[in-house]
Amino acid sequence: MANLKEMATRESRLTGGHRLCSGCGAPVVVKQILAGTKKPVVVGAATGCLEVGTTIYPYTAWKTPFIHSAFENSAATMSGVETAYRAMKKKGAIEEDVKFVVFAGDGGSYDIGFQSLSGAMERGHNLVYVVYDNEAYMNTGVQRSSSTPLGAATTTSPAGKKMAAKSRPKKDLTSIMVAHNIPYVAQVSPSHWSDTVRKAEKAFEQDGPAFINAMSPCPLGWPHEADQTIELAKLAVDTCYWPLFEVENGEWRLTYKPKKKRPLTDWLELQGRFKHLFKPENKHIIDQLQASVDQKWEALLDKTGRK
Amino acid sequence: MAIADNLRGQKRAAMTGNEAVAYGMKQIEPDVVAAYPITPQTDIVEKFSSYVADGEVDTEFVTVESEHSAMSATVGAAAAGVRAMTATSSNGLAFMWEVVYIASGSRLPIVMPVVNRALSGPINIHCDHSDTMGTRDSGWIQLYSESAQEAYDNLIQAVRIAEHPDVRLPVMVMQDGFITSHGMENLNVLEDDLVKKFIGTFKSENPLLQVNKPTTFGPLDLQDFYFEHKRQQVEGMEHAKKVIVDIAKEYEELTGRQYSYFESYRLDDAEVAIVVLSSTAGTTKVVVDELREQGLKVGLLKPRVLRPFPAEEYADALKHLKAVAVMDRSETFSTNGGPVFSELRSAMFELEERPLMTNYIFGLGGRDIWTKDIKGVYEDLFEIAKTGQVKNKVNYLGVRD
Amino acid sequence: MSKQKPGWRDIPEGGLIINPGSAEEYKTGDWRNKRPVFDADKCIQCMLCWIYCPDNAINLDEGKVIGIDYDHCKGCGICVVECPDRAAALSLEDEHKKNEETE
Repeated sequence: MANLKEMATRESRLTGGHRLCSGCGAPVVVKQILAGTKKPVVVGAATGCLEVGTTIYPYTAWKTPFIHSAFENSAATMSGVETAYRAMKKKGAIEEDVKFVVFAGDGGSYDIGFQSLSGAMERGHNLVYVVYDNEAYMNTGVQRSSSTPLGAATTTSPAGKKMAAKSRPKKDLTSIMVAHNIPYVAQVSPSHWSDTVRKAEKAFEQDGPAFINAMSPCPLGWPHEADQTIELAKLAVDTCYWPLFEVENGEWRLTYKPKKKRPLTDWLELQGRFKHLFKPENKHIIDQLQASVDQKWEALLDKTGRK
Repeated sequence: MAIADNLRGQKRAAMTGNEAVAYGMKQIEPDVVAAYPITPQTDIVEKFSSYVADGEVDTEFVTVESEHSAMSATVGAAAAGVRAMTATSSNGLAFMWEVVYIASGSRLPIVMPVVNRALSGPINIHCDHSDTMGTRDSGWIQLYSESAQEAYDNLIQAVRIAEHPDVRLPVMVMQDGFITSHGMENLNVLEDDLVKKFIGTFKSENPLLQVNKPTTFGPLDLQDFYFEHKRQQVEGMEHAKKVIVDIAKEYEELTGRQYSYFESYRLDDAEVAIVVLSSTAGTTKVVVDELREQGLKVGLLKPRVLRPFPAEEYADALKHLKAVAVMDRSETFSTNGGPVFSELRSAMFELEERPLMTNYIFGLGGRDIWTKDIKGVYEDLFEIAKTGQVKNKVNYLGVRD
Repeated sequence: MSKQKPGWRDIPEGGLIINPGSAEEYKTGDWRNKRPVFDADKCIQCMLCWIYCPDNAINLDEGKVIGIDYDHCKGCGICVVECPDRAAALSLEDEHKKNEETE
C-alpha cells in the first residue's frame, strides 16, 4: 500500500470548495476510498449530503467523471454505467482500465436504495459500493433511518415525554451484504485511514462487486463539535460499536482489535443525540446498547477466529 | 415467427407486436438493454433474452430487479455514452416514473417500447392508455402505433429521432397491450444491414465514460439555472417536430411506408370524424369504410405523435369538419374529458370556425370496443352536426349503467 | 457573481458540468470563525492533517505540508485535534481576532 506522502502527491479527485458542513465525515471517507486506486475512476452518488454538497450547479468538486440520478438508484445507475463500459471495452471503444465506485448515505443504502443495492450486488457488477453511514437522513435535517441506533434522538424519533427516541435497533447492512455472497465486504472508519485505504485497494481489485460500510460522524446530526469527527470515528471503533473487519470470499477477518475495549458511554456522551440516555430513567437503554455491542463483538470474534 | 423473402431489402414476417418490437431491438442492437418483465410486455424481454443467449445480438443485457432500476441502469448506460434501451408497461412505467423524468432532463436519447396497459388500482392487465398518458409531461417524445408494423417502424425511426443532435430526447413507442402485443400479424421488416445503415452509430457529445474529460452528470440545479435547462428541453421538443417529419420521409424512401404526425383516413371530404389512437383506429377504419359505402361522409384522424404536440397541424386537419369525436382510452379525472380531447379541443381554439367537439371515454381496463359502438359515435356526430348542439361533452362508451 | 448569468442557449444541455473541479472557484473560507495556524518548524510531516481534512485545504508541495488553504478551509479544527501531540504544529485561533489584527 502507498504511504501518505505518495498518496498526497496524486491529484485530488474531490476538490475543496464543496458545500458540505464544516467537519463533515463524508469527504474524508471519499478521500481515503479513492486513495485505494490509481486507475481512472467513475464516481456515482445517491441523492444526499455528499451529492448535494459537491455538485451545486455550475460548480462541481469532482475532477473525475461523476453521475447522480436519484436517491434510491445509485447502485442501479452505476450498474448501467459499468455495463456500458463492458460493452465498450468488448468493442474496443475504450482502452483505459476504469474503476467504478458509488457513494451513498445510509438513507440511500439501508433504506430507500436497499433494493437497488441488493440487485446490483446480486447481479455481480464490477463496482465498489461505499456507504458513508452517518446513521440518519442528514441531508433533509436529521430524520431517523434504519441505520439509526437504538435510543438515538432524531427529528422523527425525538426524545419525548413518552418515548426515549428510536425504539428499534440499527439494521446490520454489512451482514446483509455478506449474505449476498459477493467477493468482498468490509467495514471501515475514517479514523483508521490505512485500514480504509488498504480495504479500498482490495475492493477495487475484486473481479465483481465489493461493499464497504464506512462510519461517517456528522457534526450537524449527532451532533458533536466539528473538530471531534475523527475522534468519534475512532471511539466507535475502540468501543467495538463499529468493528473493523472484512469478509473476503466468505472468510471473515478482524482487521483491528482495540487494545482495550472502551465502554460505549465514552462514545455516547460526546453526542447530543444520546444526551437523554444519561437520565436515570433511561439507564436501561444504555445497558441494552452495551449488551448489544458486547454480544455482537463476541460473535464477530467467533466468526473471525479471534476469540 | 416466420420470415419470407421479399423485395426492396424487406422481409415478410408473421409476428406479434411484441415479437416485432423485440426483433426491431435485435436489429438496432443497442449496446445495453436493462429491462424487467411485466405483462403484457414480458415477451419482449423474453425474446430479447433468447437473442442474447443465442448470440444473435451483441448487447449487454442487464436483468434488473425492478423497473425503477431498469430505467436507472438505462440512464447510467446512456450517460456513459452508449445506445441503451428498456421496455415496459403500466405499473412498470409508473414505478420508473421518477427516472423517466431524469432521462429526459439529462437529455439522454433512450428509446423505450411501452405496451399500453391500465394502471392499478384495482390491478388490471389489459389495454388502456392511462400509463403513458400520465407521462405526457415527462419530456419524452411519444409515438403511438396502430399495429405491429407501426410499432416496428416507429421503433426504428425513434432511434434516429432521439439521437438527433437537435433533439437529444428520449422516445417511447407505444402499442396496445394484448390487442397488438399478442395479436399475430403479417408485416414487413427490414434486412438487418438496412436497419443498421438507417440508424447509424451513436455519438454522445459528453459521455461520462471519457476519463480524460471528466463530466459531472446530475448536479443540484437550483433557482438560478434549472429553468434554463427546462427551456432547452422545450427547444429540443420544438426541433423534434421537424426531425420527426424528416426522418419519416427518409424511412418512407427506404420502406415505402408513410408516416407523419398523424394518419388521416378518408378525412379530406368528411363532414364528421373520430380521433382515436392505436389499435382502435384500425377498428374505426372498418366502420368508416362501411359507412362510406352507405354514402356517409365520415373520416378518421389517428394521432401518432402526441409529444411534441403539433397543435397547428392537428387543428388544420380537423378544421373543415362539422363535428369531431375524440375517443380517449384513459381518464384525466378532471371531469372535463380525457387527455387527447382536452389537448385537441385547446388546439382548435385559435380557429375562427371550429367543429363541434365531443369526447368518448372507452375501453378502460381492456373493455372491448365494437364496431357497433363506433357506428353509434358517428350517429351521434351526425346528430350534433344537424342540431348544432353537443348534448354531452363527455360520454362513457361501453360502461354499464 | 456580479456578471450576468448565461442564458439557456449558452450552457451545456442536460445540466452537465463540463469543467471538472470548478468548485475550487467557490470560496468556503468565509464560513470560518476559527482558523488553524500552521507552524512549519514544528511539523513532522506525518500528513495526518491532509488525510483527515474534509475540505482538501492542506496545502502541499511535493508531498509536504506547507500550510493551510484559507480559501477553502472551513475551520472545523480536525487538523488541530489530529496533529500529533509530539508535534503540535497546528493551533486554532479566532477568525475575527485575526481580522481585527489585520484591520
